[in-house]
Amino acid sequence: MSEKQKKATAYWKENVRYLFILLSIWFTVSFGAGILFKEALDTIKIGGFKLGFWFAQQGSIYIFVILIFVYVRLMNKLDKKYGYND
Amino acid sequence: MSVQTWTYILVGLTFALYIGIAIWSRAGSTKDFYVAGGGVSPLANGMATAADWMSAASFISMAGIISFAGYDGSVYLMGWTGGYVLLALLLAPYLRKFGKFTVPDFIGDRYYSKTARIVAVICALIVSFTYVAGQMRGVGVVFSRFLQVDINTGVIIGMIIVLFYAVLGGMKGITYTQVAQYCVLIFAFMVPAIFISIQMTGNPIPQLGMGSTLNDGSGTFLLDKLDGLSTELGFNEYTDGSKSVTDIFAITLALMVGTAGLPHVIVRFFTVKKVKDARKSAGLALLLIAILYTTAPAVSVFAKTNLINTVSNEEYSNMPVWFKNWEETGLLSFDDKNEDGKIQYVAEKSKNELTIDNDIMVLANPEIADLPAWVIALVAAGGLAAALSTAAGLLLVISASVSHDLVKKVFKPNISDKAELWVARGSATIAVIIAGYFGINPPGFVAAVVALAFGLAAASFFPAIVLGIFYKKMNKEGAIGGMVVGILLMLFYMTKFKFGWFGGGTSNDWWFGISPEGFGSIAMIANFIVAISILQFTPEPPEDVQEIVENIRIPSGAGEATGH
Repeated sequence: MSEKQKKATAYWKENVRYLFILLSIWFTVSFGAGILFKEALDTIKIGGFKLGFWFAQQGSIYIFVILIFVYVRLMNKLDKKYGYND
Repeated sequence: MSVQTWTYILVGLTFALYIGIAIWSRAGSTKDFYVAGGGVSPLANGMATAADWMSAASFISMAGIISFAGYDGSVYLMGWTGGYVLLALLLAPYLRKFGKFTVPDFIGDRYYSKTARIVAVICALIVSFTYVAGQMRGVGVVFSRFLQVDINTGVIIGMIIVLFYAVLGGMKGITYTQVAQYCVLIFAFMVPAIFISIQMTGNPIPQLGMGSTLNDGSGTFLLDKLDGLSTELGFNEYTDGSKSVTDIFAITLALMVGTAGLPHVIVRFFTVKKVKDARKSAGLALLLIAILYTTAPAVSVFAKTNLINTVSNEEYSNMPVWFKNWEETGLLSFDDKNEDGKIQYVAEKSKNELTIDNDIMVLANPEIADLPAWVIALVAAGGLAAALSTAAGLLLVISASVSHDLVKKVFKPNISDKAELWVARGSATIAVIIAGYFGINPPGFVAAVVALAFGLAAASFFPAIVLGIFYKKMNKEGAIGGMVVGILLMLFYMTKFKFGWFGGGTSNDWWFGISPEGFGSIAMIANFIVAISILQFTPEPPEDVQEIVENIRIPSGAGEATGH
């Protein structure tokens, strides 16, 4: 494998690792906290919100936004590390 | 000034603005027409994506649906926002690097096949037409209630406006009008929400007001109050749903994946300069969308509580003016079954006397809360902005599918840029007319079908695109087979359970207990399985295609979008 190709493969591997971590969080806050474990979380109350209900109608959305911006930062750094920023 | 005068002023001003922008940003080439010249800034693209995305359904219907569905309505909130995470992480950057004009462009090139391209065009047309009909209807409803014109006249006015800026400006005109439309619609949504939040809870931030205590000195939390009122009238607790966990899961997944697979959203990311910009603008788009999507559930809670307090067990003759206004539109009706002159609004069908259309909750909310006339007029302008911006985005996808993917890439490869631009304009015109026809003569199933457009997108595009990027060895036979099986399975299931074809069936016959709205998830999985199975028996894609895949994975050197 050429030097160039090795670099590309290493970059892709790191990228996929980031995706895996971020999508796990994506799944946990929506399908986990908002749906599968909603009942259990509803026993906890924060202000007027039952926690599971809050995740389903508010919390998951805030975390989605944060996830994308974290991804943007991580990828900008990764691009720089591999010299793919132009 | 009366509500009607205000409405004429605000709607007139915003329409003049859209037309002004359209004239200023006319398209001069096919590149302008398809991808706005490819130089849109991430923020402008984020705003345009948000307006493109938030349709009449988000603005007018969603909060109302959640009002009546309670927790079950969460599927829309999570589904229509969570899809952006998939879009930003799995699709947008790579498709931008690929640098073509349309989604079928990607499918056709990546799967080195005209058949794949044509299958993708057909899927794009099915998805976009089911979606656009609902938008035109939304325009008609707003016109008929607020400007007292007949729904059909409303649809025709909407058609003319969209025609004007979509046909003249293409993607360039649409992008900049959508930026303006985002501002109008978000302002129109937030102003009444903030007013009502202060009125009911004293907290000016609706997202927090929803979880606060009531303003009446009782110290009761608003949500507890609403849970109490709901059970009193025989409904489920508001914060608890009636749908099964499996179905909620499936619908949320179908909406998320469908969102990521909608062609009119994906093409927006072809308009920015670099891969880096595509990622950033996906983030900005979701942030701008989240403002409305986190406010909507608060509006639902306020509106539902207000509604119950206003009507439940009250004399019909004492109802406020808005009640009679909405009765005239037929979206609200009262049938005094026990003839006591009072309104019984209860869960039990035989005793319930009040029928309310979902759409009223947002449109009538400012009236129910007794807000000033200009706020009510603003909501009308916002609803129109939401419907028009989405309709325009969809029409562009339809026209590009015809002029670029069919005429240029399949039938007449040596067509000149100028001629192609005219074909694009012509097909946009025809598409507007067809959409208008469906707006005026809505087949009874329009509303039902809009939600299913997501299932169709999830079942067809999403797997083909994701496999195309993340699985280098994916070949054309697998991708085509997957798309065809996915979309046919979805069409079969929705026509069976929605229109009663193929013997019909009730919710007891649903496969795995999953509703047609959620079936996109199953059809998507079928698409993946079929694609990967076929791959085992068919040849690998050629070397140069595998090189394309390696190339799109690297962000640097994203040239300008080209169609050639």
